[in-house]
Amino acid sequence: MSGTDVKRSVAPGVRLGQVSFVWRPWLVSVTLLLAAATFLVFCLSIGVGDFPIGLSRVIATILGGGERVDEFVIMDLRMPRALAGLIVGVALGVSGALTQSIARNPLASPDILGVTGGAGAVAVFLVTVSGGTAAAVVSAVGLSAAALAGGLGTGLLVYFLAWRRGIDGFRLILIGISVSAVMEAITTWLLATADIKDVARAQAWLVGSLEGRSWGEVRVALWCTLVLLVVVSCVAFQFKPMHLGDEVAAGLGVRYSMVRAVLLLCAVLLAAVAVSAAGPVPFVALVAPQVAMRLARCPTPPLVASGMVGASLLIGSDLVARTALPITLPVGVVTAAIGGPFLVCLLVRANLR
Amino acid sequence: MSAEHITDIESAAQGDTRLAARGVTVGYGGRTVIENLDVTIPPGVITTIIGPNGCGKSTLLRTLTRLLKPAEGAVVLDGEDIAGLRTRDVAKKLGLLPQAPVAPEGLTVADLVAKGRHPHQSWLRQWSSDDAGVVERALAMTGVSDLADRPVDSLSGGQRQRVWISMTLAQGTDLLLLDEPTTYLDLAHAIDVLDLVDDLHESGRTVVMVLHDLNLATRYSDNLIVMRAGSILAQGHPRDVITAELLDEAFGLRATVIDDPVGDRPLIVPIGRTHVRPGQVPVRTSQVRLG
Repeated sequence: MSGTDVKRSVAPGVRLGQVSFVWRPWLVSVTLLLAAATFLVFCLSIGVGDFPIGLSRVIATILGGGERVDEFVIMDLRMPRALAGLIVGVALGVSGALTQSIARNPLASPDILGVTGGAGAVAVFLVTVSGGTAAAVVSAVGLSAAALAGGLGTGLLVYFLAWRRGIDGFRLILIGISVSAVMEAITTWLLATADIKDVARAQAWLVGSLEGRSWGEVRVALWCTLVLLVVVSCVAFQFKPMHLGDEVAAGLGVRYSMVRAVLLLCAVLLAAVAVSAAGPVPFVALVAPQVAMRLARCPTPPLVASGMVGASLLIGSDLVARTALPITLPVGVVTAAIGGPFLVCLLVRANLR
Repeated sequence: MSAEHITDIESAAQGDTRLAARGVTVGYGGRTVIENLDVTIPPGVITTIIGPNGCGKSTLLRTLTRLLKPAEGAVVLDGEDIAGLRTRDVAKKLGLLPQAPVAPEGLTVADLVAKGRHPHQSWLRQWSSDDAGVVERALAMTGVSDLADRPVDSLSGGQRQRVWISMTLAQGTDLLLLDEPTTYLDLAHAIDVLDLVDDLHESGRTVVMVLHDLNLATRYSDNLIVMRAGSILAQGHPRDVITAELLDEAFGLRATVIDDPVGDRPLIVPIGRTHVRPGQVPVRTSQVRLG
């Protein structure tokens, strides 16, 4: 650094060997705080239950120094649920941040891009149509995998329908809304004509829940999410100028069509993984990037912070759903109830300034 | 620079010309806008492309910056076909400012200008002291250093355009292509931006721009490219190119061309259907279809 002659307005750089990046203390602190908050909620969520375990014992057990009883309860019984919440929250948060950035529109969440609607329609179809083929499909690949395929298929359909010499944000959103509406109509029709017992099962899935996750399911979701996050972080640098629009990005040497296609595919896949793991949990993907953006004071959704907000929101909501009320609610009910007002709060505060 | 030299592509390829189009045919979808067009951008001067709406002037500029890929022919940058170069390498040689760009709400001036360093950065090397210095100089040169901490969306149109030009400068290229840099600006701000463009040219850069306002184009360019219906009607110094006949041919505009009272270039005085005093229109040989 040349140091003194660099004015404060131009962001200072940090250099570690070959690596250098812009030093943004506020963003880094907010992200670290969000990570700490996520870890705290994660541990709390594990500790709460019929057999309560203190926070310090939970942390000790996670770090590998706990007692045997605690270890069984924590690692075998409660970890899958908490971990599912973490993965789904991060996946939805990052997916929302990507889609909102790509469309340059805060309305563009995976819910709108048809992923949720498509996954829901496929899942409800398989649950309610008790035909031989449907049952065979469910037993062969599982409901989650089938829902994932449905979400991915619908997301890709929206992408190709929206393609016209490139992707335009508004066109993407309009086609997403239309396709989602069709998927929801199919879902409603299936529910209206189905057997009442199947409807209850389907409804439970449609609200979104972390109930009864197994290590096997969680492991698949974890690996899928990790791989996708690695891809996203590799491409993210090329994505940065695209907030200024395609042509400016092209002028700055970005192959924007390729970058956007890769990232949109990652976003759809992340959302599909999340939906297949926990059902279509509403609102997290829409609200997490917007909350992260305002907390971190960034003009565009910050990826890591969005993932952290998504995870805290989802695990926190699950915690509230299990403890605050006399009946146990599915997590999806609470994410909408908490996330909605929180976003409104942030918007009102911004207006008052 | 003589007209023969400018149009001589062979000598340009080995001389100091850096950017040229050779036999390019470009269109959108199935519609051809430009057909088999040759043009050489003279180095070190301001070239402005003018022409009526829909004549293909933006298309030509976008082709020169490889935003549009020609169906036939090639754009040559420093002797190489631009289509064969890596996008990043092109961005290190050629800066581009599209028409009416929009910054995300809340992005600060300094952060926007810093984005101009992108072609020089990599995943590992995202910011260096060189970058900071270049950004500082770009801000100073465009006179927006004092605005560095302000959000771009809080600025006036003229200031905003200065900031965008500053970002293009931070890219560190000596070839600048500006697509209608004065769009949406009032005359005072347009003059301000064009004075800035002239400063950039004085510091040795080659500028190519598209302008709508003929008198501004005439005042600020050393080389005019006049287009009509996808081909080049005339090219050269405004003094040689701007005549009443040409304006009629290119734009279907009745006008009289006089000497600019404050500059050394011609000044175009348009003649509409109304508000023209019959006896006051000077009769000149270059004037057509009058009376």
